[in-house]
Amino acid sequence: MQTSHRTSSTAPVAVHFDEVSKVYQGARGSLRALDGVSFDIQQGEFFGLLGPNGAGKTTLISVLAGLARATGGRVTVMGHDVVSDYAAARKALGIVPQELVFDPFFSVIETLRIQSGYYGIRRNDAWIEELLAALGLSDKAHSNMRQLSGGMKRRVLVAQALVHRPPVIVLDEPTAGVDVELRQTLWAFISKLNREGHTVLLTTHYLEEAEALCGRIAMLKQGRVVALDSTSALLAGRASTMLRFKTDDALPAAIAAMARVTGRTVQAKAHDAAEVETMLATLRSSGVKVEDLEIGRADLEDVFLEIMQGGAAAEPAGVAA
Amino acid sequence: MNFDGTATLFRKEVLRFWNVAFQTVAAPVLTSVMYMLIFGHVLDQRVEAFPGVGYTSFLLPGLVMMSVLQNAFANSSSSLIQSKVTGNIVFLLVTPLSHGAWFAAYIGAAMVRGLAVGAGVLAVTIWFAPLRLAEPWWILVFATLGAGMLGALGVIAGLWADRFDQLSAFQNFIIMPMTFLSGVFYSVHSLPGLWQAASHLNPFFYMIDGFRRGFFGVSDVSPLLSLAVVGVSFLVVAGIALRLLATGYKLRS
Repeated sequence: MQTSHRTSSTAPVAVHFDEVSKVYQGARGSLRALDGVSFDIQQGEFFGLLGPNGAGKTTLISVLAGLARATGGRVTVMGHDVVSDYAAARKALGIVPQELVFDPFFSVIETLRIQSGYYGIRRNDAWIEELLAALGLSDKAHSNMRQLSGGMKRRVLVAQALVHRPPVIVLDEPTAGVDVELRQTLWAFISKLNREGHTVLLTTHYLEEAEALCGRIAMLKQGRVVALDSTSALLAGRASTMLRFKTDDALPAAIAAMARVTGRTVQAKAHDAAEVETMLATLRSSGVKVEDLEIGRADLEDVFLEIMQGGAAAEPAGVAA
Repeated sequence: MNFDGTATLFRKEVLRFWNVAFQTVAAPVLTSVMYMLIFGHVLDQRVEAFPGVGYTSFLLPGLVMMSVLQNAFANSSSSLIQSKVTGNIVFLLVTPLSHGAWFAAYIGAAMVRGLAVGAGVLAVTIWFAPLRLAEPWWILVFATLGAGMLGALGVIAGLWADRFDQLSAFQNFIIMPMTFLSGVFYSVHSLPGLWQAASHLNPFFYMIDGFRRGFFGVSDVSPLLSLAVVGVSFLVVAGIALRLLATGYKLRS
Protein backbone atom coordinates (compact mmCIF):
# COMPACT_ATOMS: atom_id res chain seq x y z
CA MET A 1 0.00 0.00 0.00
CA GLN A 2 1.22 3.46 -0.88
CA THR A 3 1.47 6.21 1.65
CA SER A 4 1.20 9.89 0.90
CA HIS A 5 4.27 11.65 2.14
CA ARG A 6 3.83 15.17 3.40
CA THR A 7 6.27 17.30 5.28
CA SER A 8 5.19 19.01 8.43
CA SER A 9 6.84 22.21 7.29
CA THR A 10 4.57 25.20 6.86
CA ALA A 11 6.66 26.65 4.02
CA PRO A 12 4.72 27.12 0.77
CA VAL A 13 4.90 24.18 -1.59
CA ALA A 14 7.13 24.55 -4.65
CA VAL A 15 6.53 21.14 -6.22
CA HIS A 16 3.60 18.87 -5.45
CA PHE A 17 3.43 15.25 -6.63
CA ASP A 18 0.06 13.65 -5.96
CA GLU A 19 -0.35 9.92 -6.65
CA VAL A 20 1.66 10.20 -9.87
CA SER A 21 1.78 7.08 -11.99
CA LYS A 22 3.25 6.43 -15.39
CA VAL A 23 2.83 3.31 -17.49
CA TYR A 24 4.74 2.89 -20.73
CA GLN A 25 3.04 0.68 -23.30
CA GLY A 26 5.38 -1.30 -25.51
CA ALA A 27 5.28 -4.14 -28.00
CA ARG A 28 6.22 -6.57 -25.23
CA GLY A 29 3.69 -5.36 -22.71
CA SER A 30 3.52 -2.47 -20.30
CA LEU A 31 6.07 -1.07 -17.89
CA ARG A 32 4.97 0.74 -14.75
CA ALA A 33 7.69 3.35 -14.30
CA LEU A 34 5.92 5.33 -11.53
CA ASP A 35 3.45 3.88 -9.10
CA GLY A 36 1.54 6.35 -6.95
CA VAL A 37 4.36 8.76 -6.13
CA SER A 38 3.29 11.47 -3.70
CA PHE A 39 5.40 14.04 -1.91
CA ASP A 40 5.87 17.79 -1.69
CA ILE A 41 8.97 19.93 -1.97
CA GLN A 42 8.81 23.16 -0.01
CA GLN A 43 9.96 26.47 -1.43
CA GLY A 44 13.62 27.09 -0.68
CA GLU A 45 14.45 23.41 -0.11
CA PHE A 46 17.49 21.62 -1.52
CA PHE A 47 15.84 18.29 -2.16
CA GLY A 48 17.47 15.06 -3.30
CA LEU A 49 15.76 12.40 -5.40
CA LEU A 50 17.74 9.17 -5.26
CA GLY A 51 17.33 5.69 -6.59
CA PRO A 52 19.06 3.06 -8.66
CA ASN A 53 18.92 3.08 -12.47
CA GLY A 54 15.37 2.43 -13.63
CA ALA A 55 13.83 3.52 -10.32
CA GLY A 56 11.78 6.23 -12.05
CA LYS A 57 13.75 9.39 -11.19
CA THR A 58 14.08 10.67 -14.74
CA THR A 59 10.48 9.69 -15.55
CA LEU A 60 9.28 11.69 -12.55
CA ILE A 61 11.32 14.69 -13.67
CA SER A 62 10.03 14.26 -17.23
CA VAL A 63 6.45 14.39 -15.95
CA LEU A 64 7.33 17.48 -13.92
CA ALA A 65 8.86 19.18 -16.98
CA GLY A 66 6.08 18.18 -19.39
CA LEU A 67 8.37 15.89 -21.38
CA ALA A 68 6.18 12.93 -20.42
CA ARG A 69 2.51 12.72 -19.52
CA ALA A 70 1.51 11.02 -16.31
CA THR A 71 -0.90 8.11 -16.65
CA GLY A 72 -2.50 9.17 -13.39
CA GLY A 73 -2.15 11.72 -10.62
CA ARG A 74 -1.30 15.38 -10.61
CA VAL A 75 1.82 17.54 -10.48
CA THR A 76 2.03 21.25 -9.72
CA VAL A 77 4.92 23.71 -9.79
CA MET A 78 4.49 26.80 -7.65
CA GLY A 79 0.76 26.01 -7.62
CA HIS A 80 0.46 25.65 -11.40
CA ASP A 81 -0.73 22.33 -12.82
CA VAL A 82 1.85 21.04 -15.31
CA VAL A 83 -0.90 19.99 -17.74
CA SER A 84 -3.78 22.45 -17.46
CA ASP A 85 -1.59 25.46 -16.65
CA TYR A 86 1.59 24.31 -18.38
CA ALA A 87 2.83 27.72 -19.50
CA ALA A 88 2.98 29.12 -15.95
CA ALA A 89 4.36 25.84 -14.59
CA ARG A 90 7.18 25.75 -17.15
CA LYS A 91 8.07 29.40 -16.56
CA ALA A 92 8.63 28.48 -12.92
CA LEU A 93 10.88 25.54 -13.78
CA GLY A 94 14.47 25.28 -15.01
CA ILE A 95 15.64 21.84 -16.08
CA VAL A 96 19.25 20.73 -16.51
CA PRO A 97 18.94 17.54 -18.56
CA GLN A 98 21.06 14.46 -18.05
CA GLU A 99 22.40 14.23 -21.63
CA LEU A 100 24.85 16.68 -23.16
CA VAL A 101 22.58 18.19 -25.81
CA PHE A 102 23.23 21.34 -27.82
CA ASP A 103 22.32 23.10 -31.05
CA PRO A 104 25.40 23.09 -33.31
CA PHE A 105 24.26 26.12 -35.31
CA PHE A 106 24.76 28.69 -32.55
CA SER A 107 27.33 30.20 -30.21
CA VAL A 108 27.02 30.10 -26.43
CA ILE A 109 25.58 33.59 -26.13
CA GLU A 110 23.21 33.06 -29.06
CA THR A 111 22.01 29.86 -27.43
CA LEU A 112 21.28 31.68 -24.17
CA ARG A 113 19.58 34.65 -25.85
CA ILE A 114 17.38 32.27 -27.85
CA GLN A 115 16.49 30.27 -24.74
CA SER A 116 15.65 33.49 -22.91
CA GLY A 117 13.47 34.61 -25.82
CA TYR A 118 11.39 31.43 -25.66
CA TYR A 119 10.23 32.61 -22.24
CA GLY A 120 9.37 36.02 -23.61
CA ILE A 121 12.39 37.72 -22.02
CA ARG A 122 14.11 39.86 -24.65
CA ARG A 123 16.51 42.17 -22.83
CA ASN A 124 18.29 39.71 -20.59
CA ASP A 125 21.96 40.33 -21.33
CA ALA A 126 22.83 41.49 -17.81
CA TRP A 127 21.64 38.20 -16.28
CA ILE A 128 23.16 36.18 -19.13
CA GLU A 129 26.54 37.80 -18.51
CA GLU A 130 26.19 37.10 -14.79
CA LEU A 131 25.45 33.46 -15.56
CA LEU A 132 28.41 33.21 -17.92
CA ALA A 133 30.73 34.71 -15.30
CA ALA A 134 29.41 32.53 -12.47
CA LEU A 135 29.84 29.38 -14.54
CA GLY A 136 33.25 30.32 -15.92
CA LEU A 137 31.97 30.72 -19.48
CA SER A 138 32.70 34.40 -20.15
CA ASP A 139 35.62 33.71 -22.47
CA LYS A 140 33.56 31.15 -24.40
CA ALA A 141 30.54 33.41 -24.98
CA HIS A 142 31.13 33.70 -28.72
CA SER A 143 32.41 30.16 -29.28
CA ASN A 144 30.24 27.78 -31.25
CA MET A 145 28.74 25.03 -29.09
CA ARG A 146 30.54 22.40 -31.17
CA GLN A 147 33.91 23.82 -30.11
CA LEU A 148 33.32 23.35 -26.39
CA SER A 149 34.58 20.49 -24.26
CA GLY A 150 32.10 18.22 -22.49
CA GLY A 151 32.50 20.10 -19.22
CA MET A 152 31.92 23.46 -20.91
CA LYS A 153 28.84 22.14 -22.68
CA ARG A 154 27.53 20.97 -19.30
CA ARG A 155 27.98 24.50 -17.95
CA VAL A 156 25.98 25.89 -20.87
CA LEU A 157 23.17 23.43 -20.08
CA VAL A 158 23.06 24.81 -16.55
CA ALA A 159 23.02 28.39 -17.87
CA GLN A 160 20.21 27.52 -20.29
CA ALA A 161 18.12 26.12 -17.46
CA LEU A 162 18.63 29.26 -15.37
CA VAL A 163 18.34 31.91 -18.09
CA HIS A 164 14.73 32.77 -17.22
CA ARG A 165 15.44 32.91 -13.44
CA PRO A 166 13.13 30.02 -12.51
CA PRO A 167 12.19 29.72 -8.83
CA VAL A 168 12.49 25.91 -9.10
CA ILE A 169 15.66 24.35 -10.49
CA VAL A 170 15.84 20.67 -11.43
CA LEU A 171 19.25 19.08 -11.87
CA ASP A 172 19.13 15.61 -13.39
CA GLU A 173 22.53 14.06 -12.65
CA PRO A 174 24.36 17.28 -13.50
CA THR A 175 27.81 16.09 -12.43
CA ALA A 176 27.85 12.77 -14.29
CA GLY A 177 31.28 12.49 -15.89
CA VAL A 178 32.47 16.01 -15.12
CA ASP A 179 35.69 17.12 -13.46
CA VAL A 180 36.21 18.32 -9.90
CA GLU A 181 36.56 21.97 -10.88
CA LEU A 182 33.19 22.05 -12.58
CA ARG A 183 31.55 20.24 -9.69
CA GLN A 184 32.85 22.80 -7.26
CA THR A 185 31.89 25.73 -9.51
CA LEU A 186 28.46 24.27 -10.09
CA TRP A 187 27.70 23.47 -6.47
CA ALA A 188 28.94 26.84 -5.25
CA PHE A 189 26.64 28.57 -7.73
CA ILE A 190 23.61 26.34 -7.12
CA SER A 191 24.07 26.66 -3.34
CA LYS A 192 24.15 30.44 -3.72
CA LEU A 193 20.89 30.35 -5.71
CA ASN A 194 19.38 28.07 -3.04
CA ARG A 195 20.39 30.51 -0.30
CA GLU A 196 18.70 33.25 -2.31
CA GLY A 197 15.44 31.29 -2.18
CA HIS A 198 15.47 29.06 -5.25
CA THR A 199 14.14 25.56 -4.72
CA VAL A 200 16.50 22.85 -5.96
CA LEU A 201 15.58 19.29 -6.90
CA LEU A 202 18.66 17.15 -7.48
CA THR A 203 19.00 13.62 -8.78
CA THR A 204 22.45 12.11 -8.60
CA HIS A 205 24.29 8.85 -8.25
CA TYR A 206 27.00 10.65 -6.24
CA LEU A 207 25.55 10.10 -2.79
CA GLU A 208 28.23 12.10 -1.02
CA GLU A 209 26.99 15.13 -3.00
CA ALA A 210 23.41 14.46 -1.99
CA GLU A 211 24.44 14.03 1.65
CA ALA A 212 26.40 17.28 1.63
CA LEU A 213 23.85 19.38 -0.24
CA CYS A 214 20.33 18.10 0.33
CA GLY A 215 18.28 18.94 3.39
CA ARG A 216 15.70 16.32 2.54
CA ILE A 217 15.80 13.21 0.43
CA ALA A 218 13.31 10.90 -1.26
CA MET A 219 14.40 7.48 -2.44
CA LEU A 220 12.63 5.72 -5.29
CA LYS A 221 12.65 2.04 -6.02
CA GLN A 222 10.70 0.43 -8.85
CA GLY A 223 8.64 3.59 -9.27
CA ARG A 224 7.62 3.93 -5.62
CA VAL A 225 8.84 6.08 -2.75
CA VAL A 226 10.63 3.85 -0.26
CA ALA A 227 12.17 6.58 1.90
CA LEU A 228 11.38 10.22 2.50
CA ASP A 229 12.98 12.16 5.30
CA SER A 230 15.54 14.78 6.21
CA THR A 231 19.07 13.72 5.39
CA SER A 232 20.06 13.78 9.05
CA ALA A 233 17.08 11.66 10.07
CA LEU A 234 17.83 9.10 7.37
CA LEU A 235 21.43 8.87 8.58
CA ALA A 236 20.47 8.65 12.23
CA GLY A 237 17.69 6.15 11.75
CA ARG A 238 19.80 3.48 10.11
CA ALA A 239 22.91 1.50 11.02
CA SER A 240 24.90 4.02 12.97
CA THR A 241 28.36 2.45 12.90
CA MET A 242 30.45 1.13 10.04
CA LEU A 243 33.56 -1.00 10.34
CA ARG A 244 35.86 -0.37 7.37
CA PHE A 245 39.13 -2.10 6.54
CA LYS A 246 41.20 -3.43 3.65
CA THR A 247 42.27 -7.03 3.21
CA ASP A 248 43.56 -9.47 0.61
CA ASP A 249 42.27 -12.51 2.54
CA ALA A 250 39.01 -14.37 2.22
CA LEU A 251 36.40 -13.16 4.69
CA PRO A 252 34.80 -15.51 7.20
CA ALA A 253 31.28 -16.47 6.11
CA ALA A 254 29.57 -14.58 8.94
CA ILE A 255 31.13 -11.30 7.86
CA ALA A 256 31.05 -11.96 4.11
CA ALA A 257 27.28 -12.39 4.31
CA MET A 258 26.74 -8.90 5.70
CA ALA A 259 29.67 -6.92 4.30
CA ARG A 260 29.94 -4.69 1.23
CA VAL A 261 33.19 -5.39 -0.61
CA THR A 262 34.67 -2.94 -3.13
CA GLY A 263 38.01 -4.22 -4.38
CA ARG A 264 40.12 -4.67 -1.24
CA THR A 265 37.86 -2.48 0.85
CA VAL A 266 35.37 -4.13 3.17
CA GLN A 267 32.53 -2.27 4.91
CA ALA A 268 30.28 -3.90 7.47
CA LYS A 269 27.57 -2.29 9.56
CA ALA A 270 27.40 -2.63 13.31
CA HIS A 271 24.71 -1.39 15.64
CA ASP A 272 26.90 -1.03 18.73
CA ALA A 273 30.43 -1.45 20.13
CA ALA A 274 29.81 -5.07 21.16
CA GLU A 275 28.95 -5.98 17.58
CA VAL A 276 32.17 -4.31 16.41
CA GLU A 277 34.18 -6.31 18.95
CA THR A 278 32.49 -9.54 17.82
CA MET A 279 33.41 -8.84 14.20
CA LEU A 280 37.02 -8.04 15.07
CA ALA A 281 37.26 -11.24 17.11
CA THR A 282 35.87 -13.23 14.18
CA LEU A 283 38.46 -11.70 11.84
CA ARG A 284 41.28 -12.42 14.30
CA SER A 285 40.24 -16.00 14.84
CA SER A 286 39.98 -16.55 11.09
CA GLY A 287 43.50 -15.22 10.55
CA VAL A 288 42.39 -12.38 8.29
CA LYS A 289 45.04 -9.68 8.03
CA VAL A 290 43.41 -6.24 7.97
CA GLU A 291 44.85 -2.85 7.04
CA ASP A 292 43.58 0.72 7.46
CA LEU A 293 40.99 -0.33 10.00
CA GLU A 294 38.56 2.41 10.96
CA ILE A 295 35.25 2.69 12.72
CA GLY A 296 32.96 5.48 11.55
CA ARG A 297 29.37 6.48 11.24
CA ALA A 298 27.27 5.23 8.36
CA ASP A 299 27.09 7.56 5.37
CA LEU A 300 24.26 8.06 2.90
CA GLU A 301 25.61 5.33 0.65
CA ASP A 302 25.26 2.83 3.49
CA VAL A 303 21.73 4.01 4.18
CA PHE A 304 20.88 3.95 0.47
CA LEU A 305 22.12 0.38 0.06
CA GLU A 306 20.35 -0.78 3.18
CA ILE A 307 17.07 0.69 1.97
CA MET A 308 17.46 -0.58 -1.57
CA GLN A 309 18.38 -4.05 -0.39
CA GLY A 310 15.17 -4.13 1.61
CA GLY A 311 11.87 -5.36 0.17
CA ALA A 312 10.54 -3.70 -2.95
CA ALA A 313 8.42 -0.67 -2.24
CA ALA A 314 8.64 -1.11 1.49
CA GLU A 315 7.03 1.36 3.81
CA PRO A 316 8.93 4.65 3.72
CA ALA A 317 11.82 5.10 6.10
CA GLY A 318 10.37 8.35 7.28
CA VAL A 319 7.51 10.63 6.49
CA ALA A 320 8.40 13.93 8.05
CA ALA A 321 11.25 16.38 8.07
CA MET B 1 -0.05 34.08 -26.75
CA ASN B 2 3.69 34.37 -26.09
CA PHE B 3 4.50 36.59 -29.11
CA ASP B 4 8.11 37.21 -28.08
CA GLY B 5 8.65 33.48 -27.64
CA THR B 6 7.07 32.69 -31.00
CA ALA B 7 9.15 35.40 -32.68
CA THR B 8 12.30 34.01 -31.05
CA LEU B 9 11.63 30.50 -32.35
CA PHE B 10 10.86 31.91 -35.81
CA ARG B 11 14.08 33.96 -35.78
CA LYS B 12 16.09 30.96 -34.61
CA GLU B 13 14.67 28.80 -37.39
CA VAL B 14 15.52 31.47 -39.96
CA LEU B 15 19.04 31.90 -38.55
CA ARG B 16 19.48 28.15 -38.61
CA PHE B 17 19.35 28.03 -42.41
CA TRP B 18 20.75 31.51 -42.97
CA ASN B 19 23.93 30.70 -41.02
CA VAL B 20 24.61 28.01 -43.64
CA ALA B 21 23.08 29.87 -46.60
CA PHE B 22 25.70 28.54 -49.00
CA GLN B 23 24.28 25.07 -48.45
CA THR B 24 20.62 25.95 -47.93
CA VAL B 25 20.09 28.77 -50.44
CA ALA B 26 22.96 28.93 -52.95
CA ALA B 27 23.12 25.17 -53.62
CA PRO B 28 19.44 24.77 -54.61
CA VAL B 29 19.71 27.88 -56.80
CA LEU B 30 22.65 26.30 -58.61
CA THR B 31 20.72 23.03 -59.04
CA SER B 32 17.82 24.88 -60.65
CA VAL B 33 20.17 26.74 -62.97
CA MET B 34 21.59 23.39 -64.06
CA TYR B 35 18.08 22.08 -64.80
CA MET B 36 17.34 25.16 -66.83
CA LEU B 37 20.55 25.11 -68.80
CA ILE B 38 20.24 21.42 -69.68
CA PHE B 39 16.50 21.07 -70.33
CA GLY B 40 16.20 24.55 -71.78
CA HIS B 41 19.05 23.98 -74.21
CA VAL B 42 17.79 20.59 -75.36
CA LEU B 43 14.08 21.36 -75.63
CA ASP B 44 13.74 25.08 -76.32
CA GLN B 45 13.44 24.71 -80.08
CA ARG B 46 11.32 21.53 -79.96
CA VAL B 47 8.57 22.20 -77.45
CA GLU B 48 6.00 24.98 -77.23
CA ALA B 49 4.04 24.38 -74.03
CA PHE B 50 1.71 27.37 -74.37
CA PRO B 51 1.00 29.28 -77.61
CA GLY B 52 3.77 31.84 -78.14
CA VAL B 53 5.68 30.76 -75.03
CA GLY B 54 9.11 29.14 -75.57
CA TYR B 55 10.07 26.09 -73.52
CA THR B 56 12.73 27.86 -71.47
CA SER B 57 10.26 30.60 -70.55
CA PHE B 58 7.69 27.93 -69.67
CA LEU B 59 10.20 25.97 -67.60
CA LEU B 60 11.44 28.92 -65.56
CA PRO B 61 8.37 29.49 -63.29
CA GLY B 62 8.10 25.74 -62.78
CA LEU B 63 11.67 25.57 -61.53
CA VAL B 64 11.11 28.56 -59.26
CA MET B 65 8.01 26.97 -57.72
CA MET B 66 9.68 23.58 -57.40
CA SER B 67 12.52 25.24 -55.48
CA VAL B 68 10.05 27.03 -53.22
CA LEU B 69 8.24 23.80 -52.40
CA GLN B 70 11.26 21.56 -51.89
CA ASN B 71 13.10 24.05 -49.70
CA ALA B 72 10.10 24.91 -47.56
CA PHE B 73 9.71 21.19 -46.89
CA ALA B 74 13.42 20.74 -46.22
CA ASN B 75 13.55 23.54 -43.66
CA SER B 76 10.90 22.41 -41.21
CA SER B 77 11.53 18.68 -41.65
CA SER B 78 15.32 18.83 -41.27
CA SER B 79 15.17 21.17 -38.29
CA LEU B 80 12.79 18.91 -36.39
CA ILE B 81 14.59 15.67 -37.16
CA GLN B 82 17.98 17.17 -36.26
CA SER B 83 16.66 18.49 -32.96
CA LYS B 84 15.06 15.13 -32.19
CA VAL B 85 18.09 13.04 -33.11
CA THR B 86 20.60 15.27 -31.30
CA GLY B 87 18.25 15.68 -28.35
CA ASN B 88 18.42 19.46 -28.13
CA ILE B 89 14.66 19.64 -28.73
CA VAL B 90 14.35 19.16 -24.95
CA PHE B 91 15.19 22.84 -24.48
CA LEU B 92 12.21 23.73 -26.66
CA LEU B 93 9.87 21.20 -25.07
CA VAL B 94 10.40 22.63 -21.56
CA THR B 95 9.44 26.16 -22.61
CA PRO B 96 5.95 27.67 -22.25
CA LEU B 97 5.56 27.85 -26.06
CA SER B 98 2.20 26.49 -27.24
CA HIS B 99 1.73 24.13 -30.17
CA GLY B 100 0.34 27.08 -32.11
CA ALA B 101 3.59 28.97 -31.51
CA TRP B 102 5.61 25.98 -32.75
CA PHE B 103 3.43 25.77 -35.84
CA ALA B 104 3.64 29.49 -36.65
CA ALA B 105 7.43 29.60 -36.17
CA TYR B 106 8.30 26.44 -38.09
CA ILE B 107 5.92 27.15 -40.98
CA GLY B 108 6.94 30.83 -41.07
CA ALA B 109 10.64 30.01 -41.29
CA ALA B 110 9.98 27.30 -43.90
CA MET B 111 8.12 29.86 -45.99
CA VAL B 112 10.98 32.35 -45.67
CA ARG B 113 13.51 29.77 -46.87
CA GLY B 114 11.27 28.53 -49.69
CA LEU B 115 10.56 32.04 -50.91
CA ALA B 116 14.21 33.11 -50.51
CA VAL B 117 15.41 30.20 -52.64
CA GLY B 118 12.60 30.81 -55.16
CA ALA B 119 13.57 34.47 -55.43
CA GLY B 120 17.21 33.43 -55.86
CA VAL B 121 16.33 31.01 -58.66
CA LEU B 122 14.20 33.67 -60.36
CA ALA B 123 16.92 36.31 -60.04
CA VAL B 124 19.54 34.07 -61.63
CA THR B 125 17.45 32.41 -64.36
CA ILE B 126 15.36 35.37 -65.49
CA TRP B 127 18.22 36.43 -67.78
CA PHE B 128 17.96 33.23 -69.82
CA ALA B 129 14.46 33.70 -71.26
CA PRO B 130 11.80 36.40 -71.70
CA LEU B 131 9.27 36.41 -68.88
CA ARG B 132 6.12 38.50 -68.32
CA LEU B 133 4.17 39.25 -65.20
CA ALA B 134 0.67 38.89 -66.63
CA GLU B 135 -1.21 38.37 -63.34
CA PRO B 136 1.38 38.82 -60.57
CA TRP B 137 -1.07 38.35 -57.70
CA TRP B 138 -1.30 34.65 -58.54
CA ILE B 139 2.48 34.41 -58.20
CA LEU B 140 2.31 35.72 -54.64
CA VAL B 141 -0.76 33.69 -53.68
CA PHE B 142 0.50 30.33 -54.92
CA ALA B 143 4.12 30.82 -53.79
CA THR B 144 2.92 31.71 -50.29
CA LEU B 145 0.31 28.97 -50.03
CA GLY B 146 2.62 26.36 -51.56
CA ALA B 147 5.48 27.24 -49.22
CA GLY B 148 3.10 27.12 -46.26
CA MET B 149 1.71 23.75 -47.26
CA LEU B 150 5.12 22.19 -47.79
CA GLY B 151 6.34 23.74 -44.53
CA ALA B 152 3.43 22.04 -42.76
CA LEU B 153 4.14 18.79 -44.60
CA GLY B 154 7.75 19.12 -43.42
CA VAL B 155 6.55 19.43 -39.83
CA ILE B 156 4.54 16.21 -40.23
CA ALA B 157 7.50 14.38 -41.78
CA GLY B 158 9.94 15.73 -39.19
CA LEU B 159 7.70 14.60 -36.35
CA TRP B 160 7.00 11.20 -37.88
CA ALA B 161 10.58 10.31 -38.78
CA ASP B 162 12.79 8.87 -36.06
CA ARG B 163 15.87 8.63 -38.25
CA PHE B 164 17.38 10.61 -41.12
CA ASP B 165 16.84 7.75 -43.59
CA GLN B 166 13.10 7.75 -42.84
CA LEU B 167 12.94 11.45 -43.61
CA SER B 168 14.96 10.87 -46.75
CA ALA B 169 12.47 8.19 -47.82
CA PHE B 170 9.57 10.61 -47.26
CA GLN B 171 11.36 13.17 -49.41
CA ASN B 172 12.41 10.78 -52.19
CA PHE B 173 9.28 8.66 -52.43
CA ILE B 174 6.57 11.27 -51.78
CA ILE B 175 7.73 14.85 -52.20
CA MET B 176 10.06 14.34 -55.17
CA PRO B 177 7.64 12.31 -57.37
CA MET B 178 4.73 14.62 -56.60
CA THR B 179 6.88 17.62 -57.53
CA PHE B 180 8.31 16.14 -60.71
CA LEU B 181 4.90 14.83 -61.86
CA SER B 182 3.20 18.16 -61.29
CA GLY B 183 4.00 19.82 -64.61
CA VAL B 184 7.23 21.55 -63.71
CA PHE B 185 8.86 20.34 -66.93
CA TYR B 186 5.80 20.02 -69.18
CA SER B 187 2.20 21.05 -69.69
CA VAL B 188 -0.19 18.32 -68.62
CA HIS B 189 -2.04 18.84 -71.92
CA SER B 190 0.88 17.12 -73.60
CA LEU B 191 0.24 13.93 -71.59
CA PRO B 192 -1.95 10.94 -72.55
CA GLY B 193 -5.47 11.04 -71.08
CA LEU B 194 -4.79 8.68 -68.21
CA TRP B 195 -1.76 10.65 -67.00
CA GLN B 196 -3.61 13.92 -67.44
CA ALA B 197 -6.30 12.58 -65.13
CA ALA B 198 -3.69 11.34 -62.66
CA SER B 199 -2.00 14.75 -62.65
CA HIS B 200 -5.27 16.36 -61.65
CA LEU B 201 -5.21 14.31 -58.44
CA ASN B 202 -1.86 15.83 -57.49
CA PRO B 203 -2.20 19.06 -55.48
CA PHE B 204 1.31 20.06 -56.52
CA PHE B 205 0.03 20.35 -60.12
CA TYR B 206 -2.38 23.11 -59.06
CA MET B 207 0.37 25.00 -57.24
CA ILE B 208 2.66 24.97 -60.27
CA ASP B 209 -0.15 25.72 -62.73
CA GLY B 210 -1.52 28.58 -60.65
CA PHE B 211 1.94 30.01 -60.10
CA ARG B 212 2.73 29.82 -63.82
CA ARG B 213 -0.58 31.58 -64.57
CA GLY B 214 0.80 34.64 -62.86
CA PHE B 215 3.55 34.90 -65.46
CA PHE B 216 1.80 33.98 -68.70
CA GLY B 217 -1.89 34.68 -68.05
CA VAL B 218 -2.71 31.17 -69.33
CA SER B 219 -2.89 27.90 -67.45
CA ASP B 220 -3.98 24.29 -67.83
CA VAL B 221 -6.89 24.78 -65.40
CA SER B 222 -8.70 27.79 -63.95
CA PRO B 223 -6.62 29.59 -61.30
CA LEU B 224 -9.70 29.69 -59.09
CA LEU B 225 -9.90 25.91 -59.17
CA SER B 226 -6.18 25.76 -58.38
CA LEU B 227 -6.68 28.19 -55.51
CA ALA B 228 -9.51 26.09 -54.10
CA VAL B 229 -7.52 22.84 -54.32
CA VAL B 230 -4.33 24.35 -52.89
CA GLY B 231 -6.24 26.21 -50.18
CA VAL B 232 -8.10 23.11 -49.02
CA SER B 233 -4.89 21.03 -49.21
CA PHE B 234 -3.09 23.59 -47.08
CA LEU B 235 -5.88 23.59 -44.49
CA VAL B 236 -5.88 19.78 -44.31
CA VAL B 237 -2.09 19.46 -44.01
CA ALA B 238 -1.85 22.37 -41.56
CA GLY B 239 -4.64 20.84 -39.48
CA ILE B 240 -2.82 17.53 -39.27
CA ALA B 241 0.47 19.24 -38.35
CA LEU B 242 -1.25 21.31 -35.64
CA ARG B 243 -2.96 18.21 -34.25
CA LEU B 244 0.33 16.30 -34.08
CA LEU B 245 2.03 19.21 -32.33
CA ALA B 246 -0.88 19.60 -29.89
CA THR B 247 -0.80 15.93 -28.92
CA GLY B 248 3.01 15.92 -28.66
CA TYR B 249 3.26 13.14 -31.26
CA LYS B 250 6.72 11.55 -30.90
CA LEU B 251 7.77 14.56 -28.81
CA ARG B 252 6.26 13.93 -25.39
CA SER B 253 6.04 10.34 -24.17
